[in-house]
Amino acid sequence: MSISSVFIANRGEIAVRINHACRKLGLRTVQAASAADLDSLAARLADAVVEVGPPPAAKSYLDVERMVAAAREAGCDAVHPGYGFLAENADFADAVVAAGMRFIGPSGDAIRLLGDKVAAREVAARAGVPVVPGSDGRIDDVARATALAAEIGFPVMIKAAAGGGGRGIRIAHDASEFARFFPQASGEARAAFGDGGLYVEKVIERARHVEVQILGDGERFVHCYERECSLQRRRQKVWEEAPAFELDQTVRQALCDSAVALAASVGYRGAGTVEYLYDAASREFYFIEVNTRIQVEHPVTEMITGVDLVEQMIRIAGGEPLALGQDDVRIHGHAIECRINAEDPARNFMPGPGTIETLSVPQGAHVRFDSLLYEGYTVPPFYDSLLGKLIVHGADRADCLDKLRHALDGLEVVGVPTTVPLHRALAVDADVRQGRIDTRFLEPWLEQHFKPSNSTPGAAS
Amino acid sequence: MSTQQVVSPLPGTFYRRPSPESPPFKEDGDAVAVGDVIGLVEVMKNFQEVVAEVAGSAIRFVIEDSDAIMAGQLIAEIDP
Repeated sequence: MSISSVFIANRGEIAVRINHACRKLGLRTVQAASAADLDSLAARLADAVVEVGPPPAAKSYLDVERMVAAAREAGCDAVHPGYGFLAENADFADAVVAAGMRFIGPSGDAIRLLGDKVAAREVAARAGVPVVPGSDGRIDDVARATALAAEIGFPVMIKAAAGGGGRGIRIAHDASEFARFFPQASGEARAAFGDGGLYVEKVIERARHVEVQILGDGERFVHCYERECSLQRRRQKVWEEAPAFELDQTVRQALCDSAVALAASVGYRGAGTVEYLYDAASREFYFIEVNTRIQVEHPVTEMITGVDLVEQMIRIAGGEPLALGQDDVRIHGHAIECRINAEDPARNFMPGPGTIETLSVPQGAHVRFDSLLYEGYTVPPFYDSLLGKLIVHGADRADCLDKLRHALDGLEVVGVPTTVPLHRALAVDADVRQGRIDTRFLEPWLEQHFKPSNSTPGAAS
Repeated sequence: MSTQQVVSPLPGTFYRRPSPESPPFKEDGDAVAVGDVIGLVEVMKNFQEVVAEVAGSAIRFVIEDSDAIMAGQLIAEIDP
């Protein structure tokens, strides 16, 4: 492999994870650290640390020039961007390569193409991946729009073409509502954005979020099956599983094959994720977007397939051909990941930085804890609240849930508020255990079980 | 009345404007009324408003936009 020294252009638990992967491959690591992260676990583990600026991310981890210069000066020949920060910044990927280093991820052009929602939808459609049925761009004529809505099937969503932030969105359940809402939505869009252009899209009512892990070396492409990430709060994933539950084998095959077809159509290099909405009632899936980076929830895939995804992406960036064939990737059992955030679920998820007084981590062959924590560490207030992830593997989903319950009982983080009580309540919830969940499950559930006024949060379940 | 100090209620990142493209909540020298928002503190991607608890004829900031801040650190002084 043509990589010997990796600059880790990220922080937190993923920086720790990348450090371990590099160590396994015998590579030297140089950790980027803001002034607030010099005592982080990642900085302690790395062979060398480079201070990349003051605490605010805009002045450190998000500063392209500074990060590239730091990597070069540290003598690194590759840069791992992690997730978030500059991980999907095409200009950063280009700048790393222009400076003579390998970017551990796809090319800047691939990031640019797949990061553009409209372009990515076109790529998906061309590769034969189902996209949410809709007007494929703006549609201004009411009669044509009404005919299209009838063809797609109600309910449909009417969205502002220039939009964002939910302005100008209407959901029409039948043709008469559609005829009434279309002009209203147009007027609202014109007032909000100076452009009354609209587009129309089918509403997937009880959607689950499933996503397929892909790996490619530019010539060969495999999937590592799918993850289920339907438990979300404010569009943030809270708990993830692999594989998706109660997914028919033919549906799974079609879903995973479609992700591979998409990857192949753009000559993808690296690890990526193709996200879908899945409608369990109709067993249809629809493309949402491609994430051109390692994801937070990658460990559940590693637990069921045995593939080390971070290692694979480093090897690919180092010029090695993908050593895995599709037949080498198999599903063994079930895995669940709980995101442990420094947030208080009983106080509307108010974040709370602070010093870790006690840390007890559950042990066992079926348990993995990826985190940035150590006793005495002060969690800084400047970054997101993810402290770590508890990942549990079981023979099947029921076994996994049982093991998860025990693992959560054995996890103790004292000094900051955490979302552990939320996960304890979810792990014993009847609907969660039965798999009766979709992307709209968690928020009303929280209203019921973790209302701020509730003096004994989680006790109801 | 003497000059009043405004300190940060939380540790985090201090912002003088509601978004990078917006003008600041208050310029140095602006008058301040009770309840006026003078800045935001971002704690783990969660934004909390900093509100003036006293009125004054002129405000003077002692830290810059998007500086790191500790709980109890001085943000601004308000002249009576």
